[in-house]
Amino acid sequence: MIEAVGLTKRYGSKVAVHDLTFTARPGEVTGFLGPNGAGKSTTMRMILGLDRPTAGEVKVAGKPYHRLDRPLCTVGALIDAKWVHPNRSARAHLRWLARSNRIPISRVDEVLDSVGLTEVGDRRAGGFSLGMSQRLGIAAALLGDPQVLLFDEPVNGLDPEGIHWIRRFMRSLADEGRTVFVSSHLLSEMARTADRLVVVGRGELIAECATDEFTERAGTGSLKVRSPHADHLRGVLERHGITAQPRDPSEPDAILIPGGDGAQVGRIAAAEGVVLHELAPQKGSLEEAFMHITGQAVEYRTDFGGALATAGKGD
Amino acid sequence: MTLLAVERIKLFSTRSPWWCAFAALALSTGFTALAAMSTEDGDGGLSLPSATTGLQFALVVVLALAALAITTEYRFGTIRSTFQAVPNRAAVLVAKAVVVGLVALLLGELAAFGSWGVARVLAPGPGLELADAEAWRQLLGAGPFFAFAAVLAVGVGALLRHTAGAVTLLMLWALMAENLVGVIPNIGPDVREWLPFTAGGRVLDPASPGAPLGPWGSLAYFAAVAVLVLAAAAVVVRRRDA
Repeated sequence: MIEAVGLTKRYGSKVAVHDLTFTARPGEVTGFLGPNGAGKSTTMRMILGLDRPTAGEVKVAGKPYHRLDRPLCTVGALIDAKWVHPNRSARAHLRWLARSNRIPISRVDEVLDSVGLTEVGDRRAGGFSLGMSQRLGIAAALLGDPQVLLFDEPVNGLDPEGIHWIRRFMRSLADEGRTVFVSSHLLSEMARTADRLVVVGRGELIAECATDEFTERAGTGSLKVRSPHADHLRGVLERHGITAQPRDPSEPDAILIPGGDGAQVGRIAAAEGVVLHELAPQKGSLEEAFMHITGQAVEYRTDFGGALATAGKGD
Repeated sequence: MTLLAVERIKLFSTRSPWWCAFAALALSTGFTALAAMSTEDGDGGLSLPSATTGLQFALVVVLALAALAITTEYRFGTIRSTFQAVPNRAAVLVAKAVVVGLVALLLGELAAFGSWGVARVLAPGPGLELADAEAWRQLLGAGPFFAFAAVLAVGVGALLRHTAGAVTLLMLWALMAENLVGVIPNIGPDVREWLPFTAGGRVLDPASPGAPLGPWGSLAYFAAVAVLVLAAAAVVVRRRDA
């Protein structure tokens, strides 16, 4: 269980996290979603007691982090896979961590084995690939067999196999009844792994709900109509008070109607004798949902915003 | 005890401390060998101070070793893993200072007695007899002097967080700045006696009327300065975001 109440972090006049309140529960993968610069990492660091909040507080397993006795046995975290001394072996890295929380040394070999690093345990961590570093970071997080796990952008830079592995892994941790809190700016990624979402933009809470609910609530579901007489149909629909999106030059025969009702459009087309090739509701993707809801909260908004939203449609 | 074990594992599971230790001993005994070779047969061998001139270079290496023990943690981000594992940051810093200090103590004694041994072999003479407590002090004092120098370096490293910055500052200070102060007319020499490394180094010299606190007193003063710097570092590290 992670409980944040009114969590705020200011760096000088810049507000990184503002009045953030959320809960991550056991047995669930909670996705911590937001664009880059939304304050996700800062929040993660505050959860771990690395950065001190300007206001508010966050508790893990009912206590502020620094009050935890043997914290690695309560919270495991993978924030940055490169936080390892490059000249220290993977095994030595885990050994000092284990020792610091009075975790039996035998546990080191167990976790190395569970992430598949037994063979390279005595090699210096500096020579590890990103995937291996990531696994070492996960081994470190699992060392104390903690009930709460934090992962900051765990799939960043991983190959498809690694991504698949992490996904299944987080799922299995949650299924064991642990609290899994994972941040990402990849919305499609979260749709696959997270049960619930805590969505932030510019350091503020935008939504906290089930993943499905989030997509539905933001549901910018639109209707796609394809016709050889697209321009004619466009005029006809307009007369019936239905406004389509501007024409997309790459698909001249397609009309996109935001919030369109398939039955109504079909009826109109039949009455007017317009041939249709396709009449398909488009399920709003998480990307679209996100853009829709966070439109005002994207830190580094660029003109590509619209292009990205369009690009995400295929998902 | 747990924290001391943790810091011991950390220190000895990378290579640089071993290299530093080796370099410290090689430098101190190497300089003694050089000094011994430049003596003439009729000189009656080396004196204790000239047998141990290499210690100041060993000291510089020990300062680097100690500063690196903390600055590499910042450099590679392991300081965050450290504070995640042990949220009591002051305790971490103290444990690190103790472990590094003990290593420095051992290196100081080895360097001092190693140099003395090399001198005894290459340029024996009455000046090397450990006849009285004064003579013993000039060798034995190296250990505690190095130990508190290491504590000071851990403090400076924690405050600056950058290897290059911390090592440069420590070296310039220990090797140059204090000597330069001594050059200032009139007040220079008096002020210099109160500068930490000059004071601490008094324990390696024959008794000097210039040292207002005496050799052991000067060392105690140096120790107090080192502990003060470490305490300041602990306060700053506690307040700062890791």
